[in-house]
Amino acid sequence: MDYNFHWRPVFKSLPDLLESAILTLEVAILSMILGIIFGLALSLIRIHVKGPLKWFAISWIELARNTPALLQLFFFGFGLGAFGIHFSPFLIVLMGLTFNNSGYLAENFRGGFNSIPDTQIRASLSLGMNHFQTYTRIIIPQVLRVVYHPMTNQMVWAVLMSSLGMLVGFRELSGETQFFASKTYRIFEYFAATAVIYYVIVKIILGAARLMASRLFKY
Amino acid sequence: MISISNLYKSYGSLEVLKGIDLNIPKGEVLSVIGSSGSGKSTLLYCINGLEPIQKGQIIVDDIDVHAKETNLNSVRQNMGMVFQQWNSFPHLTVLENVALAPKIVSKLSKSDALEVAEKQLLHVGLGDKLSQYPSALSGGQQQRLAIARALAMEPKCMLFDEATSALDPELVGEVLDTIRLLADEGMTMICVTHEMGFAREVSDRVAFFHEGKIEEINQAEKLFGSPKSKYLQKFLSKVKT
Repeated sequence: MDYNFHWRPVFKSLPDLLESAILTLEVAILSMILGIIFGLALSLIRIHVKGPLKWFAISWIELARNTPALLQLFFFGFGLGAFGIHFSPFLIVLMGLTFNNSGYLAENFRGGFNSIPDTQIRASLSLGMNHFQTYTRIIIPQVLRVVYHPMTNQMVWAVLMSSLGMLVGFRELSGETQFFASKTYRIFEYFAATAVIYYVIVKIILGAARLMASRLFKY
Repeated sequence: MISISNLYKSYGSLEVLKGIDLNIPKGEVLSVIGSSGSGKSTLLYCINGLEPIQKGQIIVDDIDVHAKETNLNSVRQNMGMVFQQWNSFPHLTVLENVALAPKIVSKLSKSDALEVAEKQLLHVGLGDKLSQYPSALSGGQQQRLAIARALAMEPKCMLFDEATSALDPELVGEVLDTIRLLADEGMTMICVTHEMGFAREVSDRVAFFHEGKIEEINQAEKLFGSPKSKYLQKFLSKVKT
């Protein structure tokens, strides 16, 4: 093998890479927050609502879970673009990831809701709580515990999936790496370094999630 | 206090209650006995509006429970209910379990709610478990927690739905003692129960349900001592009294 490793350019552009890593983290976190809100809404609609709204929710969930994430990004980027609706690369990735997260999380939440016995609802209603109080105080806190670990997985998945963003022109960590790699032809070195950065990000997320779990779930 | 007239209730095509008339004056303890599927528990669910009814009327404390304009949440505040599955809220401590409804439903301040909760937990003998989570409690303790939780709303009456049926035999006693305590304090209560000895001892009156109707209702001693209905005689001969 006569390939000579040259790490110097990688080290020189490390600050840029880390800056783009923050962009990666940003879009992943935002897409998770939105994904949790939409996912919760989708699962509640799927469980409690009948009619067109329910079919809308089911279609969303089915498409998000059963088509490639890349195609979902392309839809928000080039698909809508074809109709003259244009978004910034950041927004395209955010919408794509949110769409995907919502679908997966909705099914996690549905499983969570089904795991809470109906008698919990009856018990809290019998105390005079209304349905809103019953859900926000009794049911959802219990569901969040059930879906906590699947939710952590989804967060990791969102970070890794955001690398698809480079294919719609988003300069997140992978996009930035691609940019430097093609500029310097140090392709292996750049992507190896980036893999390490992704690994560290995921490890930090998992550590933080574990710490948060021990704070949140004392029972 | 509770007045039920001509009550009909069906689940789909299955008619569960077929014309119930019942009056429970303030301070009375009424036990409801009968075999499974005779509509005992359904009656309780109808009284506090957890189940809609098809016909008839249920008046609790001058309020028509099933009238359209009735706010069920406020009706339920005056009516404590204890279920067969004890249903403690697993994500809240014992104290929080009891303090939650006083705080968010009765709108007590946090400290007042905690004070009420602590008082009721002492009342049912759980004063040393305040900061525990329900998972650390036995079934009997969880059922007493459920009773304290209902009492914290200062209800005017209590509904017990087979409160001891899901408990291990050795834990039944402590729960019955707690219910007995309430009876002695003059609480109006309807207890659906399979504990005949308890029904006989604690109740003012006992109602025997058979196929969705009140087959026989009488003072406890008379109902157990000289049952008239042949279904009741058959029922009593099968269960220990």
